[in-house]
Amino acid sequence: MTAALTVEGLVTGFGDRTIHDGLSLTMHRGEVLGVVGGSGTGKSVLLRAIIGLVPPRAGRIDLLGTRMDEAGEEARRAALRRTGVMFQDGALFSSLTLRQNVEAPMLERFPGLDPRTSRGAAELKLALAGLPPEAADLRPSEISGGMRKRAGLARALALDPEVVFLDEPTAGLDPIGASAFDALILDLKRALGLTVFFVTHDLDSLAAICDRVAVLADRRVVAVGTVPELRATGHPWIERYFGGPRGRAAFGG
Amino acid sequence: MPAPTAEPVGPHLPEGALTLGTVDALRDALGPGTGPLDLSGVARVDMAGAWFLAASGRPLRGARPEVAALIDLAAAAMPAPAAPAARPSWRLPSPRGLVAGLAFFGRVLVLAAALPRHPRRLRLTSTVHHLRETGLTAIPIVTLMSFLIGVVLAFQGAAQLRQFGAQVFVVDLIAISVLRELGVLLTAIIVAGRSGAAFTAAIGSMKMREEVDALRTLGLDPVAVLALPRILALVIALPLLTVAADVAGLLGGAAMSWIELGVSPAMFVARMEAAIGASHYLVGLAKAPAFALIVGLTGCWFGLQVGSDAESLGRMTSRAVVVAIFLVIVADAAFSILFAVLGV
Repeated sequence: MTAALTVEGLVTGFGDRTIHDGLSLTMHRGEVLGVVGGSGTGKSVLLRAIIGLVPPRAGRIDLLGTRMDEAGEEARRAALRRTGVMFQDGALFSSLTLRQNVEAPMLERFPGLDPRTSRGAAELKLALAGLPPEAADLRPSEISGGMRKRAGLARALALDPEVVFLDEPTAGLDPIGASAFDALILDLKRALGLTVFFVTHDLDSLAAICDRVAVLADRRVVAVGTVPELRATGHPWIERYFGGPRGRAAFGG
Repeated sequence: MPAPTAEPVGPHLPEGALTLGTVDALRDALGPGTGPLDLSGVARVDMAGAWFLAASGRPLRGARPEVAALIDLAAAAMPAPAAPAARPSWRLPSPRGLVAGLAFFGRVLVLAAALPRHPRRLRLTSTVHHLRETGLTAIPIVTLMSFLIGVVLAFQGAAQLRQFGAQVFVVDLIAISVLRELGVLLTAIIVAGRSGAAFTAAIGSMKMREEVDALRTLGLDPVAVLALPRILALVIALPLLTVAADVAGLLGGAAMSWIELGVSPAMFVARMEAAIGASHYLVGLAKAPAFALIVGLTGCWFGLQVGSDAESLGRMTSRAVVVAIFLVIVADAAFSILFAVLGV
């Protein structure tokens, strides 16, 4: 298995606050990698560092063969075009309808695209993300938070990326919606060979779809592996995380 | 991904990948028809390609398993074509907005009228903060602008008055126009663009992030917490700014009169004392609180009208400034009539 993403010795911080100190992580192609950690351990900052929104202080970030930490603007943009990002609250463009939100990356990539093509592909992606057809003409302010998340996923998938970064995609969804979302990610992974970087707090999602889970604590990745492998490490935070009542409910342990 | 372009091969699809970038070419190559398509040459499809094939309505033959899987996924998810929702492109301004705006005005007045009886309800820290933001920090721009207006008036007035040898009347021209009209009017316009817009943007972004709703659930009145301190601060600040603008305007006029017409500062002051009563100054100053009320009310009102999208924030901010300036000028005209009737 080749690596879609390699992070080595990453150091990030704001002011005199260090968020990550010597963090290393590898994500294989075609896997769903869950990223967990307590609040404030820098899960979202790690995601932002990988996609180049937060400049790292030190370390190596290799995304799809591009050194994101030292590559030029062009090379980084080319690598980002092969990835999709879904932000926590969707981060949809509020002046565009949902369909236009999904069409925007397509038209940016292929400026002369036939409107029938972009429209059809965008509507398919919205439908895949579980949105009803009549939602396509609504604006982000006119829909619920759960629908915004789905639309955010549809936009992240607009260009059929190889790697998708999802920042807490199921947080705030009802259990039915969250399960449907998990099933959708699995479907897409199977059909498209998607590699998914999945920041989450949702233990059910971890159990359902993640091939491996990376645990962030003490400013590093303290363990990566399947959930049984993680539990075998005996790390106290991991034990509390998966051994608590919610963890037991999700993993039956 | 290098995308081979589609060649017209009838029912046989071209070799290679069928992706978002090549769908258009393939559609043109295939043209209309319902015959079966042979997909044996298609190595890869993306979602757009799968959508195109699934939506073509043609029987598909010989697809590789991974291609077929994606087409099945697309076909299963394919939305039924929805009728585009009718969206009114424009709306008439409704009188309801005007009535609600007046109700807001009344609410602010009621809250303000209750302050003398319940002085503890005054949010002093907030008011002082806005006093500094709208008043103190506006002094440089307001005085500079007013100074320049004084200079321009003196310059233009001098050119005309010299023809009649009536240079000394430039003092009357400057003093009356600055004290009575321009000082307060231009200050109000600057403050509308500066503080009125800031009120709308600040309250509007709080509205967007549900902070206004959070205030309500805490039992706090957003009008009392957000609008009243701002409006109160502006009602205090604008008259003070007007005084500064008056002084700066007269200074600019006096300086230019001296340079251009040789009217010395002492002459300027003497002429002002002789010819211009205090009434012009008071008339100008009397308008300041009214203008402040207009600017503050429109700024806060449009801030509370912001919806949950970024676009409405921008729209409301620009509307607040335009409406505030418009109403200030209308009020100025009304004041002119009032003072003419009163004979001051």
